[in-house]
Amino acid sequence: MNRIEQTFSLLKENNRKAFVPYIMAGDGGLECLTERLEMLEQFGATAIEVGVPFSDPVADGPTIQQAGIRALERGTTLRGIITELAKAREIISVPIILMTYLNPIYSYGIDGFVRDIRNAGVDGCIIPDLPIEEEEMITAQLANVQIELIRLVTLTTPLERIKTIASKGNGFLYTVTVKGITGARNEYEGDLNRFLKEVKEVSPIPVLAGFGISNQKQITELSTACDGVIVGSKIIDLFKANNLSEMADLMSVFKKESKMV
Amino acid sequence: MNTYTLPNELGHFGIFGGRFVPETLMKAVNELNDAYEDAKIDANFQSEIKRLLKDYVGRETPLYFAENLTKYAGGAKIYLKREDLNHTGAHKINNAIGQALLAVRMGKKKIVAETGAGQHGVATATVCALLNLDCIVFMGEEDIKRQALNVFRMELLGAKVVSVTSGSATLKDAVNEALRYWVANVDDTHYLLGSVMGPHPFPQMVRDFQSVIGKETKKQFQLSQGKLPDAVIACIGGGSNAMGMFHPFIEDEEVSLFGIEAAGRGVDTEFHAASLTKGKPGVLHGSLMYLLQDQDGQIQEAHSISAGLDYPGVGPEHSYLKDIGRAKYHSITDLEALDAFQLLSKVEGIIPALESAHAIAFAVKLAAELSAAKNLVVCLSGRGDKDVDTVKTILGGKK
Repeated sequence: MNRIEQTFSLLKENNRKAFVPYIMAGDGGLECLTERLEMLEQFGATAIEVGVPFSDPVADGPTIQQAGIRALERGTTLRGIITELAKAREIISVPIILMTYLNPIYSYGIDGFVRDIRNAGVDGCIIPDLPIEEEEMITAQLANVQIELIRLVTLTTPLERIKTIASKGNGFLYTVTVKGITGARNEYEGDLNRFLKEVKEVSPIPVLAGFGISNQKQITELSTACDGVIVGSKIIDLFKANNLSEMADLMSVFKKESKMV
Repeated sequence: MNTYTLPNELGHFGIFGGRFVPETLMKAVNELNDAYEDAKIDANFQSEIKRLLKDYVGRETPLYFAENLTKYAGGAKIYLKREDLNHTGAHKINNAIGQALLAVRMGKKKIVAETGAGQHGVATATVCALLNLDCIVFMGEEDIKRQALNVFRMELLGAKVVSVTSGSATLKDAVNEALRYWVANVDDTHYLLGSVMGPHPFPQMVRDFQSVIGKETKKQFQLSQGKLPDAVIACIGGGSNAMGMFHPFIEDEEVSLFGIEAAGRGVDTEFHAASLTKGKPGVLHGSLMYLLQDQDGQIQEAHSISAGLDYPGVGPEHSYLKDIGRAKYHSITDLEALDAFQLLSKVEGIIPALESAHAIAFAVKLAAELSAAKNLVVCLSGRGDKDVDTVKTILGGKK
């Protein structure tokens, strides 16, 4: 069983919710990646998404775009990130999920990429510009080494398609909670909880909500309707501002010692 | 060549093409595909396009024998397909009309578009004015400076022009922002993409709307010469005028197809836009295609004197035609294009767009190597009024 599956089945047994933070590798320098992963693990992260900077991130809003630009300016490469993650794996025990647009992988070479991230102890991949129609270029290779492809469903995905997408994976389903790009928001439109419950009903795997999540209230609300949350832009902002106490607060309900929401 | 039917139902041309977009857009992309497949076989839709192309755009455009340019080159006969005579001054309107009518058919009231030189933006704003659609155009900050007049034109036509400051602030970044806008407004908005790129069905659909260029050329040439030309030549940024010219000739193997990229300051410098000549396959803006990129897969900036060719990728069908060898791709530098811009103005009294001047420059070189019995057709994709200021500034010191 893959580390992601193990983690989520343990959560379920203990009736707990997941908190998955996203950080941009190389933002603040690749040398601080391991330290940040450790910190997030200590704060109570269930798993950690590690973003790979890309020159043209069409699914991302200004916060992640800027973080990507800062990382690229520091010379961050996919190769360098994989090397650093191999070192981090010695220290970190939570699942690590690499989030990257397709082109850096395509340029790296798909077979070599899968081999190298497996050796580095990566547990999953999110590729936001690889819909199920095109995923066959990488699924067999990932399955061979038990790395999970984490797939996304969105507010625009028809229910039948949600079923199809959810049935393909073993990790968790990433449910995009806004019609739009990544970035912190204070309010959500429409009946998000109902949507999450619908997704939850048809999904055989855990359902996590992501995009636009920035405060405790949203986290609590969304967590009741699904299995946990993914928080990106807000975490990036907090690291940039070096505001670790707010980060700890944001994640506090997820710490193993604390009571669950 | 056997019957050519690409792309397949997944939108693939060999390994190229596809639908590499965020899940939020998949519904819209699939709906667009269904709507287009439906419209394609609807006689009313096709006749409405025909009517507007004739009465509003002024088609068909002439196929003109450029006798003076032919004499200058001293070899093969050069014909010009006069897309510059279209309403709004370029081939872009052929596609804008088709897609805008499709948007109306789909019940979408808003249009978003990207533009580089501004020609596609102007064509889109024009059609939106005609069909009473809201229009928002994303344009790189750099291009807004280079093409101030086109910005004013779009505004005059009722469009909202949004300056894009991210990345290199040119066409590539305008596409990124248009895609982000589409992701957030997908319910009521159609993305009117301006070239044969992006996710399926765009490369196929834009090609089909532009194929009127090649179909007319074929008919006109056959009517006047009783045969097919020996070669057709077109400039390539994303590649829409070239694909429109090439497609009706793909199965006619005796007709050579030449696509001309922008070599900028030279393909061995860092300042060019020759994706097919110097790039390698990769994924950007929804499609697998030849791309200018570094060794880590980061997209590189393209450079050309002509804003319309300033794009680091090239349509997936061109990528495929290059790999199977059916079309040949060459490049022309900024300086060669500038010379051709002046040459055509002087000998034929036709000021070409700087983009089209790349095709002219290559045609003159090719014609010189061939006998007078050979016939070349150049797609003169746009007129040069928009470039007069740029050229004036560059030549300022010299004249």
